[in-house]
Amino acid sequence: MERKVFRDRIKLPIAFFIGLPSGVSSRFRLHALRLFSGRFTQACQVRGYADAPSMSLTFAAPSQVLYNNISVKQVDVPSFSGSFGILPAHVPTLAVLKPGVVTVFENDGSTKKFFVSSGTVTINEDSTVQLLAEEAVPVDTLDISAARELLAQSQSQLASASSDVAKAEAEISIEVSEALVKACE
Amino acid sequence: MFSRSAAIIPQCSQQVRGMATLKMISIRLKSVKNIQKITQSMKMVSAAKYTKAERELKLARPYGIGAQEFYKKAEVKDEEGEKGQLIIAVSSDRGLCGAVHSSIGRIVKNDIAANPNTKVVIVGDKVRNILQRLYAKNIAMVVTEVGRKPAVFGDAALIAQSIINSGIEFSKGKILFNAFRTVVSFRTTEMPLYSQNAVANASKLPVYDSLDSDVIQSYTEFSLASLLFYSMKENATSEQSSRMTAMDNASKNAGEMIDKLTMTFNRTRQAVITRELIEIISGAAALETKN
Repeated sequence: MERKVFRDRIKLPIAFFIGLPSGVSSRFRLHALRLFSGRFTQACQVRGYADAPSMSLTFAAPSQVLYNNISVKQVDVPSFSGSFGILPAHVPTLAVLKPGVVTVFENDGSTKKFFVSSGTVTINEDSTVQLLAEEAVPVDTLDISAARELLAQSQSQLASASSDVAKAEAEISIEVSEALVKACE
Repeated sequence: MFSRSAAIIPQCSQQVRGMATLKMISIRLKSVKNIQKITQSMKMVSAAKYTKAERELKLARPYGIGAQEFYKKAEVKDEEGEKGQLIIAVSSDRGLCGAVHSSIGRIVKNDIAANPNTKVVIVGDKVRNILQRLYAKNIAMVVTEVGRKPAVFGDAALIAQSIINSGIEFSKGKILFNAFRTVVSFRTTEMPLYSQNAVANASKLPVYDSLDSDVIQSYTEFSLASLLFYSMKENATSEQSSRMTAMDNASKNAGEMIDKLTMTFNRTRQAVITRELIEIISGAAALETKN
């Protein structure tokens, strides 16, 4: 099926090219050639994409780069519309990260876990994934006692919050620290 | 004849040449030496800041490029309509860094001249100074205290938050900043900025699955902060690198001036000594012939 489409795509520009009257300027011919070469690469891309599924992941935080266009097997992300796994050829979508653990399944079979506080994830049509986090740290570097302390701190912050803004800030802090504690366990 | 003497008179009254200039030259020499010391130490400081900024930029670049990716791939276009233009001009508070601020100011000026319905959000005092006199009414917001310390994501988030809270509406937007290329060059770059409506009406958006306006709103808000952060990082690096080169050139020029002034100083001193000698010798000779 794929191959047929490929051939049909080629046929048209070739016919177009051969059928040109001799009087046509060389510039026009060049243009036709360029058109042809464009179609060709496009067709190749479509084939490559169907044959060997891969996705390239960019996972970055403002001051660190964890993955920069690196091919991986799968990524699990926590988002506000629910946690989901991203496999190659995932339907394009946008999502907003919520505090939680991002799991990256690398091509060599190893998995890596990172805690993210917030951010966005973009899955594009061409199977590229951009995972932009405000903060991202490997889960094994987290300290559970510090996380618990932070949780207690933010709970007391919520209790003493007077304005709506302070309350909301404390609630966000609680959410993050709860996720931190959960990630440590 | 008369015109000639008239031309000579003001020259004579300007400065007394000869002995008096010796003092002047030495004062001048001292001040140029001091300036050189200042420019040299400024160069050292900005060199240290530059290496730090460049290191941080390297880590921030994939983040910034990743933040722009969606807008490119979804083929987001500027909104139709006449809600005006928004320009976020990213520079800093500190001068003496070549054309970093003026190149941004020039582009903003041209844009305002072309489209008077433009609002400018200025990050950094220097560009405000450029725009204030002619286009004060176009300035929507000014962020100061930029550039003293390296920007962190929190700063960018704060700016993004206040831009969102200010409720500026725009159909066309851009972030202007100086993208760092090499130590001696930067490129003033325009990064497109899209409103939430523009994203919602993007031609390829239907391809993207399960989007509601909430997600798009959060996404655009977060990506505004990300883009701002990235542009601030780029700009800070170009600023430091161009300050470094500017100060290097200034030190070199001061060095040349010092060389010239030292030469004139020595010559003048020698001339004064010679003249004094001549005076003494001719005085003595005059006395001798009298006796």
